[in-house]
Amino acid sequence: MREFLEGSRAVAEAVKLCKPGVISAYPITPQTHIVEELAQMVANGELNAQFVNVESEHSAASVVLGAVATGVRAFTATSSQGLIYMAEVLFNIAGLRLPLVLTCANRALSAPINIWNDQQDSISLRDAGWIQLYAENNQEVVDLHIMGYRLSEDKSIMLPVMVCMDGFILTHGMESVDIPEQDKVDKFLPPYQPLYKLDPAEPLTMGMLADPDYYMETRFAIQETFKDVLKLIPKINEEFRGQFGRDYKDGLVEEYYTKGAEKVIVAMGSVCGTIKEVVDELRAKGKKVGLLKIISYRPFPYTKVYEALKDVPRVAVLDKAVSLGAYAPLAVEIKAAFSGKKKSPKVISSFVAGLGGRDITLESIKEIFKKMTQKEVNLEFIDLKPELLKEEYGE
Amino acid sequence: MENKTLFKAGHTACAGCGQVIAARLVIDAAGSNTIVVNNTGCLEVLSTRYPESAWSVPWIHSLFENAAAVASGVEAALIYLGKKEAINVIAQGGDGGTADIGLQALSGMLERGHDILYVCYDNEAYENTGIQRSGLTPYATNTTTTPPGTKSIGNIRPKKPLPEIVLAHGIPYVATASVAFVQDVQRKVEKAISIKGPKYIQIHVPCPLGWRHEPNFTVEVAKLAVETGLYPIIEYENGALISRRQFTPKPVEEYLKVQGRFKHLLSNPEALKEIQRIADNNIQKYGLKVGS
Repeated sequence: MREFLEGSRAVAEAVKLCKPGVISAYPITPQTHIVEELAQMVANGELNAQFVNVESEHSAASVVLGAVATGVRAFTATSSQGLIYMAEVLFNIAGLRLPLVLTCANRALSAPINIWNDQQDSISLRDAGWIQLYAENNQEVVDLHIMGYRLSEDKSIMLPVMVCMDGFILTHGMESVDIPEQDKVDKFLPPYQPLYKLDPAEPLTMGMLADPDYYMETRFAIQETFKDVLKLIPKINEEFRGQFGRDYKDGLVEEYYTKGAEKVIVAMGSVCGTIKEVVDELRAKGKKVGLLKIISYRPFPYTKVYEALKDVPRVAVLDKAVSLGAYAPLAVEIKAAFSGKKKSPKVISSFVAGLGGRDITLESIKEIFKKMTQKEVNLEFIDLKPELLKEEYGE
Repeated sequence: MENKTLFKAGHTACAGCGQVIAARLVIDAAGSNTIVVNNTGCLEVLSTRYPESAWSVPWIHSLFENAAAVASGVEAALIYLGKKEAINVIAQGGDGGTADIGLQALSGMLERGHDILYVCYDNEAYENTGIQRSGLTPYATNTTTTPPGTKSIGNIRPKKPLPEIVLAHGIPYVATASVAFVQDVQRKVEKAISIKGPKYIQIHVPCPLGWRHEPNFTVEVAKLAVETGLYPIIEYENGALISRRQFTPKPVEEYLKVQGRFKHLLSNPEALKEIQRIADNNIQKYGLKVGS
């Protein structure tokens, strides 16, 4: 059913359709609306779940860990400092091979404290063993949650999924969203059937000490599984298309006018909507420009990226995050996709924008397209305010 | 003798480890319909080194400080499945994982009212990482991070009053126990799991390695801790003290002199006086002297 909803409400509706038995969360802006909506659904008896209000994000992640280990589908959501505070548990969940879906309402990291959007929080957890999917709009947010559980709980995968949605821009944005029907979701997402669980009828030990004779294979196994994730995401998307009618192609990347393009921007999340608008405008003027939207950041679809960009002369990567002291995180992956390959864009430039909620406007995107010359630009910050930097250094 | 325990031999505990004796007593008292969530620590390391496990019940270890929170999730899942009435949930850890790094998760579990028994095995230091001081290390103890020296007596703080902190949460059952008194440990576990809601038992478990006593003296050392008044054995139900182990008090030197961790105190009358004062205070506070 198509409804005009706040993004957080849309997440809650999607999660409700997935029927988690345990929800646990701790408040943090801009995630709060999601769990408030779910708490109300539980309070109203619309959702049969145990809602556990905890004393920290560390415990929220631990509670859902315990619930999934006991064989019950679970959900949590967080943001920024909360995600970082959960970090220890998130690595643990992946290592234990427990399936889960977590919503990350992307927000900047402190200090300085800033509640607004960028993607430094989830990006900094890219090595945690979680599948990370980035949504452009709230319809994708809804669909990624439903597909996320399917993916996570697949017996060949058994890895947690983080659905990343830009804080405020999506969580608090009102959009028209199609909320699927329950019976269709039930067909697409059957009840969770654990491979293993804590059960006195069949006792087992989970979370054992693995010494140097055993540890390395656990990491190798996850690395191998991520290859399977790259194969499964397109299959799940195909099935999703059949069931719900929405087409995300392979579900790993979205190519927007990349064929025959001379300039393509690569980006993730809600900024892709802004880029599409600029692409439309420039295309109308005859400019051969396009967008490559990365949906799956972990696993990273290197082959898809290579195929999409190998004949594009100029590429710019827009990061809404930084890896302080190194190249920007998404730019690194894009460059790596062409390492040792026959074909490659002549120029792969890297731009950082939108940190701490600074608006990325149509003009910001146009400026990036303008700067996509033959000269490679590396780590250029868009929309910086020079006057603030002067003040900072007392010049 | 037929081996009916749910905690099997073959683990890698040190000789004379008090914690494994207590852990076996706890799980055997709780029975096979129990799920155990274990903090990181000695017990976890010595009992579940892949590919071997000492546990015959479902058991999970996640992290150092989150057993109480993971157990909360296990309990919530059992409620969702309609199985909580039939299955006990035990969260357990050492003194560091309980009193220090895990205190927040424990407090959350207690405050939320989960039907879980939390067991703290108190060996009074981070023994697993090499005998560092914890919040439950006694006054003046020599640990690797509180070594005595010309300017220090050892650990400068008394034990954190964890049973009282737990009790202040208003939970239905709080008890301390000692591995020296086996039936008492098991009676308290059985009683605790018969009560709905959060329960807490703190068991004093000597560590021959960290306390530097002979491995065959584990029970004797634990007994001396109780009978000098340094480890009060108390039991609270719904906030009221319902039992305490009474004894004819012995001087604290009798407990201190059998352990290397207190050796530096024996020639220090001031320190001995202070420790005797702590013991006397316990004896008076809880009425531990026979006939009191």
